[in-house]
Order: sequence, then structure tokens, then C-alpha cells
Amino acid sequence: MDFNSQLFVQYLIIGIASGALISLIALGYTLVYGIVELINFAHGEVFMMGAFAALTLVAATGVTGDSSAGAIIGVIALALLGAMVFSALLNFGIDRIAYRRLRNAPRLAPLIAAIGFSFILQNIGIYWHGSNPITPPSIIPAEYRAYNILNEWFDLETRIRLRPLDLAVLAVTIPLLVGLTWFVYRTRTGKAMRATAQDREAAALMGIDVNRTIATAFLLGGALAGAAGMIALYYNNAARFQMGFRYGLFAFTAAVLGGIGNLAGSVIGGLCIGIVWAMSDGFMKEYVPAWGAQWTPAVIFGVLVLVMIFRPSGLLGEQTVDKV
Amino acid sequence: MAMLEIRDLHTYYGHIHALKGVSLDVEQGEIVTLIGSNGAGKSTTLKTISGLLQPREGTVRLGGDTISGRPAHRVAAMGVAQSPEGRRVFPRMTVLENLQLGAFVRGKPDPADLARVFDLFPRLKERATQKAGTMSGGEQQMLAIGRALMARPTLLLLDEPSMGLAPLLVETIFGVVRDINAQGTTVLLVEQNALMALAVAHRGYVIQTGQIVLADDAAKLRENEMVRKAYLGEE
Repeated sequence: MDFNSQLFVQYLIIGIASGALISLIALGYTLVYGIVELINFAHGEVFMMGAFAALTLVAATGVTGDSSAGAIIGVIALALLGAMVFSALLNFGIDRIAYRRLRNAPRLAPLIAAIGFSFILQNIGIYWHGSNPITPPSIIPAEYRAYNILNEWFDLETRIRLRPLDLAVLAVTIPLLVGLTWFVYRTRTGKAMRATAQDREAAALMGIDVNRTIATAFLLGGALAGAAGMIALYYNNAARFQMGFRYGLFAFTAAVLGGIGNLAGSVIGGLCIGIVWAMSDGFMKEYVPAWGAQWTPAVIFGVLVLVMIFRPSGLLGEQTVDKV
Repeated sequence: MAMLEIRDLHTYYGHIHALKGVSLDVEQGEIVTLIGSNGAGKSTTLKTISGLLQPREGTVRLGGDTISGRPAHRVAAMGVAQSPEGRRVFPRMTVLENLQLGAFVRGKPDPADLARVFDLFPRLKERATQKAGTMSGGEQQMLAIGRALMARPTLLLLDEPSMGLAPLLVETIFGVVRDINAQGTTVLLVEQNALMALAVAHRGYVIQTGQIVLADDAAKLRENEMVRKAYLGEE
């Protein structure tokens, strides 16, 4: 059987786009874990809430694919920013209400609180947009729905499709990743975050307000999850109250795969998971007729198990010699 | 009025009554040492001053303001810097980044402060771009002290600066403590190495199981029979 390179590239494109999306969510896990060593199990739901906020915002404006280009770009920007602000405040609020009070409690307590919040948010989701999948208002003009950038821009005679949507995912994700890296490594608050992550007491002795710094990590992680929610809404052309579960689990896996606590690791882990996801969902079927999307979680967690066996700290994880 | 006034401090770790009414004073410009054996409450006293621990009773005043009850980052902003027990440098940051964080309360690090720290510890200048976690214990100790100095503190708290260091390095560190003090910084020094601590300090307090049992000039404490037996290892 020949290797179908066209099909491979096609699924690679899809994999990179969904990988970028997963990276955004994974960064929220890693930022919070890095600083308070908590797996924020409500993070997937914060992402779902971002998608729901975007859905409500777009619907409220009444803009459709027939509206003017300015209105369409405007509503995309509004929904993206709105989702980011909404999820950021939500994540911040959860920390303020629950996790902060449990900062010195046994580790299991905030973990259970996070699982509790995950259920609460799912139920709020049902109340907000119902329990069935919802298709967002179509804001992409009709002539762009079957648009292939490779054909139209580069005059390539190929059946590989690169949609404006694929490009848009990267156009949103890459600046956010660059912005986050700049923030964490270059700003005063970012340095305070890294210091707090490495030694909370020593950071307090430096004059760093530890609670405020931790709150910043929740705000940042929430904002990225909100952006991912808006992207997922249109990339999948659907939103549902349960969408946070699968994305959250895959993103958490990506964070662990890359080395939880490590920002670059989350991006690499996210891309790996995205590509494995796309290949398993589509490409494998060409060669193994019985293969289907139902195997994807097994493959992804299989990859995780293998990495954990051979590199327990993850692909880019710090060897934890300094953690006494 | 003393610069630092501690009155009847009681601090608990859970149910353990670690400080049982500690009172002490540090005057502006002094080096005061707090000596005692393992577990006597030396580090607890420093942590209660810097706000890492909150006392259940008693007060800590700095320049007349009550600072007990305030969180550590507020106390730091008032000019108290601590070189904590076990160094506690930021392991995955470079020496330079650690020093810059030391100046966090001042906003931007002052190049003059950095020059002063590098002058006191030339070794840190050589290692400026090295990750702090990869350095030797002695180098980390220098970094912890240098980092505290970057805040240009009015009161410097030093917790066991000699711990685990080679004798030559201990001499160096105590020499630096003297220099820092000569440059105008008030120092409260916690030590198990009573001999060195009493050589460098003006006054000293001896703490046993959470209580101050002796307070005197350092020279007199060196002559004190109990101190000689218990802490200077003399018969």
C-alpha cells in the first residue's frame, strides 16, 4: 500500500490547527500547576464557558455571513476578547472563592474543589445554552466556505485544503503564545510569577504579593482558555456543555506530555496530541479499515503512558532535583 | 526607642508552642545575634519578624510601627530583608535574575547596589549568568545574602549564614556581615556557630526552648560560663 502523502499533509494541517488550540488550553493547566501545584480540573469547563460566552456575544450582535466585512471582523474581535475576559474573570473568581482558602489545606482539598467546580460549570452551561450541541451563527461569508488558500493564493493544483479557518486558528494562537512568553519572561509581574512558582516563601520575602501573583496566573490561564473556546466554537462549528471534558483531558495530557509547569512543553505537547488526534481520527482509516475515531483517546493516552515510562518528567520537564 | 522591638512573642506551629514569650531589641546600627541550639526557636523568631509566620500573641515593632500581623511582602516593603535558612535562592533563575528579584521592593534594581554586591562577593559576578540551583552551597549562601542586600534594607535578618560552609568561607561571610554593618545596615544574626556570631556582634541573646535565657554584650556573653559550656564547646 502506498503512502498517501496528500492525505497525510491534509491531516497534518488539521492536526496542527487543533494542536494549537489544545496548546492554549494546556497552558492554563501548566501556568496554574507551575505556581500552586494544583491540577485545575475545572479548566476544561472554563474553556467551555469561553465558547458559550462567544456564542452569546455573536448571536446578540445579529451579524451573519451577509454582513459587511467590517462588521464580521468586528464581531470576531468582540467575541474573542469577550470570551477571553469572561473566562479570565471566571478562573480568577474560582481561585478567589475556593482555591485561595484551601492554599494551606491538604492537596486533595483543592483538587476536589476543582472537580466540584467542573460540575457546577457544566450545569450552568446546560442552563445557559441547553444540553444539545449548538451551531454558532454563521459569520463566514458564503464565498469563503469552500475557499482553499493553496488554490487561490498560491495557484497550486492540489486537493489538499488549507482553509481560512485553519490559518485563523494559527493567527490567533501564535500571537497569544508570543505574548504570554513575553509576559512571563520580560515583565515584572511575570518574573514575580516565576519566582513564586520556584519558592513561594522566598518570593514573599522579596516583597512579592504571592496571592496577587497566583491570581494573575489564573487570569492568564483563563484568558487563553477563553480564546481557545471562541476558536473551538468556529473550528468545530459547534458548542456543547460537555465540550470541556474531552478538550480538557487532551490538554491536560498535552501539559503532562510536554512537562507540566513548562510553557514551551505545553505547546509541544499540544501539537503532538493535535497531530496524533487528527491522524487517528482520519489518516489511519486509509490503512486499517477497522480504525476509527473511537480509538483516538486510547492512542493519545497510550502515547502519554509511553512518555511517562521513558521520561517521567515529560518531554521538556525539569528534572526535579531542586524540589526538596 | 529601638529600631526593632519585640515584646512577648508567642508563635505556634499547629499545636507546637515554638516561641514562649520572646522579647528583644535591636538598636539602629547594631549587629545583634540570637544564638541557641537546634530547635530553640531562632528561625521561628526571624520568620515571625518577617511575616512568614504570624504570632498568636505579642508584637513586633519596626521604627515604632507594629509589623506583626502584616503579610511578609508588606514587611519586606518596609525595609526588612531576610536571608532565609537553607538559602532559598530561586534555583531555575540565574544569579543575576535572583539579585534583580532581591530589589523587587525597590521597583528597578539600582546598578550601584548590584556593583556593591559584586564587590562584596566577586564570585557572584563570575557566575552572573549561571542558574542558581547549579551552584555550590557556599555560592548559594553568598547569593542569598547578596539578594537580601539588593533591597537596600534598613534591617537585615540573617539565618544561619555559616551553615554547612567551609571554615575559610565562614570567615569571608562574617567579614562581609561586618562590612555591611559598617556601611550602615542594622543586622539581626541567627547562628549556631556561637563563637563566630559573638565575635562579630555587638550584643547577643541566648534562646532556649522558645525563651530568651540570657541577654548581654557579646564580649560578656563570650565570658559567660553557661555560654562557654553549652555553645562554645568549652569545658
